[in-house]
Order: sequence, then structure tokens, then C-alpha cells
Amino acid sequence: MASEPQSSRLGAGPGGFAFAPPLPLFLLNPILKRIVHRIAVQNPDMFDRLGPHRHAYFLIDPVDIPFMLYLRPDPEALDFRAVGRRNPPPHAARISGKFLDLLTLMDTEQDGDALFFSRDLIVTGDTEAVVCLRNALDDVDDPIAESVADMFGPPGRAALNALRRAAENAQKRKGAK
Amino acid sequence: MNAMVKPELICPAGTPAALRSAVDAGADAVYCGYQNATNARNFVGLNFTPEEMENSIRYAHEGGTKVLITLNTFPPAGKVELWKEMVDLSARLGADACIVADIAVAAYIRDNHPDMRIHLSVQAAASSPEAIEYYVREFGVKRVVLPRIMTVSEIRDLLKEIPCEVETFIFGNHGLMVEGRCSLTTYVTGQSTNMDGACSPAACVKYERADDGSMSTILGDYMIDRFGPEETAGYPTICKGRYKCDARDGGYYAFEEPVSLNASNMLPDLITAGVHAFKIEGRQRSKAYVKKVVAAFREAVDSIMAGQEPKLADLIALTEGQKQTEGALKTKKWR
Repeated sequence: MASEPQSSRLGAGPGGFAFAPPLPLFLLNPILKRIVHRIAVQNPDMFDRLGPHRHAYFLIDPVDIPFMLYLRPDPEALDFRAVGRRNPPPHAARISGKFLDLLTLMDTEQDGDALFFSRDLIVTGDTEAVVCLRNALDDVDDPIAESVADMFGPPGRAALNALRRAAENAQKRKGAK
Repeated sequence: MNAMVKPELICPAGTPAALRSAVDAGADAVYCGYQNATNARNFVGLNFTPEEMENSIRYAHEGGTKVLITLNTFPPAGKVELWKEMVDLSARLGADACIVADIAVAAYIRDNHPDMRIHLSVQAAASSPEAIEYYVREFGVKRVVLPRIMTVSEIRDLLKEIPCEVETFIFGNHGLMVEGRCSLTTYVTGQSTNMDGACSPAACVKYERADDGSMSTILGDYMIDRFGPEETAGYPTICKGRYKCDARDGGYYAFEEPVSLNASNMLPDLITAGVHAFKIEGRQRSKAYVKKVVAAFREAVDSIMAGQEPKLADLIALTEGQKQTEGALKTKKWR
């Protein structure tokens, strides 16, 4: 697999990762598994938009956290886990962006094309698979970020609200530049 | 001056969720299509199944919003049955109009569904009074979507001469090429925008990144642009590509630049010209885009109609290449 160069716009930067993992990966993965199964149960029609790409593996790379997410959106064999940065597993496509930008995409507050135009979202690999994933995730009424937060009750919702405020401030800072 | 007629706001939807967002944000009508070659945004993972269309039409009508179905591609020889089936389906589901480009499709609606409104797609590229009168006379076309090559002054003059409604684009992709006659993508991908409904299909697009942070856009076997690390990007279409030629130094946008149409400031002129409907482009965009753009133009149109100064939201972040233009609406020499 070709190396995946970092963007000059994206990256952890000299100060290290902006968002530290709340848990070691081996503790995080059961939570991620629970999340993806819940989303799948809540939105069974979502997978139709993926067509053959439901079998593809996507590497989701929040560049400012120390791990990446590995997703196979196949309702028959769902897989969603955190993976280390050193040896990324084989994947059809990689989607890179800052954590808060990826979060606002999942919160349906951001337009993926707009993030792509501003170069805040980087796509490599199978473009068609990424477009299908984007369309599938976009065709749900309740934002996925909100559904995930709801799983964790009031603390989850409080965390999402805090992240939303952080995303809004980051957006304002970007607009002021 | 005649009393101002409030133009309808015609909004895009690529998914049922986007349609619901458009309805909730105040669209007067939503345009959308099926998951096949009958519509000019036939992209993977996008568009509506018959069941989704039925439910979406019900949702829209409950919200007082019309649904216009895009059957706006040209059937290749021997394949017209699919277009006829989609016309029949649209009539059965209670669509408010079909947007068509091909005269055979228009004739089929005229002969088999005389109560169905026909809107002439921008893909038909009809811009002269004579051409539009022909469509009205022969097929009973009720509205024509004008190509994005006309000034407001030309639109005003045209409206005095034609016996049907006019719809103009006010925001989104700025396709100044005369739609319906552009075959650029076919040369490279083998798929036709006009007959397969896919301009630069995603399966033919690759993005390659270099160590310096620059990004190349590859369509088929050809690199069509390379963006520097700090440059904003555009869609992977040949018409927005940057090329080297002897007459220019460096890369040159030979056809068009990555830029979006934003006619916010021209809304009062378009309304006084008598335009009946404003169209927002973007069925391939997210529901976040739909929600923001529809809400912004809803407020602007309502303010103008109430005699107030329109509040124009800043939509630059949603534009292609983060650049916007008033295009040919303002001047033919917009570039």
C-alpha cells in the first residue's frame, strides 16, 4: 500500500495530539462495537446506499487524536474499532480530517463537500466508496453524533454539547482567519 | 411596474433526509430523481427508490411543498422504456411536475398524462423565445429552466415574449457550459452526463496526495488539476480543470474556474424582472448544505417580498473553491 502523506494543513502539530484517548484501545473497542451495532439497528435502510461498498474497509483518520478508526459498514459483518497509527490495516479508502470536523459531519452540521473544498477533509483510495458512505450517513434523520451521545445518557449528551461548543469556536476561528 | 410575484424557491434533494430538510427549511418545491439514468445526478448512493419517492412526496405535500421529478436526461436509442416507466411512476405517486429535457419524454407525458405539468430542464438549453414557444406549443411546457448564460436584462426581455413560467438558478454549481450539449466527461470516462446522468462518476475519480501537501485530481487516466497545499479545491470535472497551454504560463482554467453561483444580491432584480422560480443547485450535497442554503434564501426572498432589505447569509464556506460569482446574470464578461 502506498504511504499516506500528512497534509500541511492537517496534523497533530508541534503540541502533539489535541484530543487524548479517554481509554486504552483495548477498552475502547468494545464501546465502539456497541456504538456501531446500535446505529445499525436504528438505521437499517442506511446500508442500501452503500451497494457493494458495504464490504469495504474504511480508515477514518482523525488527525489530531493518537489513533484511527477502522470501519466495515456491512450489516452482516459489522466492524468498527480503533487502530494504531504505525501500521494501518488494509483499507479501500481513507478519510482524514480534524476530530471536530469529522464530528460535525456526523452531527450533520457540516457539509462534506465544503470541507473538501477548504482542504480540511482529505480523501484517498476508492472515491466511489467514500461517496457512498457519505450518502448513507447523510440519509439519517437523527444525527449519528446525537444517537451516540444518547447511548451514554446525560454524561454523553453533556460531552456532545461541550464538543459542539468547541467545534463552533473552531469554526469561528477559521472564519476569522 | 407590475405587482411583484413571489417566486417559488426550488430546492435540491439527493436523499429522503435531504428532502425533509428542504421542506422543513421552507422550500416551496423540492426537485429529486430516481436511482437510474433518467436523472442527471445519477451518482452512486444518491437518489430515491420508488418507495422512498412515495413516502417523500407524502411528507412534502403534508408540509405544503411540491415535488418536481427530474427525468432530465436523454434516452439512448432503444432505451426509452425506462423513461416512460419513470413518467408513469411519477404520475402514479402524485408528483407535481416532471422536469424533462428530451422531446420524446415530453411527448410521452403530453399524450399519456395530460394533467402532469412539464418543466423544461436546463439540459434542454432552450433560451430563445422561438425555441421556448415551440416547447410550449408542441408539448404544453409550463415552465422553462433557463441556462446560466443569460443576463438579468435578457431574462426580463425574454419573459415579455414567452407564454410560460421561467426558473433561474440562484445558487450552486456554476455550469456555464451549455448543459445538455456538454460531452467532456464522455471523452474521458466513457459515461455520458446527458444519457447516463453522471458527470465525472466517482468510480473514475482519484485524489493523489504528495509529500508537500499538494493534491492531484485524476479523472480516468488524466490529471485535470493539482492544488497547492494551501489552495482551495473544486469538483473533479473537466470543465473546472486546470491545464497547461502554450499561450499561458502555468496552469490555466481553460473552461471555467472552481466557483459557485451566488445570486443573493441580484434577487430583487430577478423578482422585478418577473422570474417565477429560483432554483438552488446541489442534489449531490449533504442535508447540512440543503438546510443552510434553503433557510438563507427563504429568509432573503421573504424579506424582499415584505419590502425589507434582504438579510443575506454568508454562504461562502459552502461554495466550490470557496469562491462565488454572480456569473452571467450580471455580465457576460464575468470571468
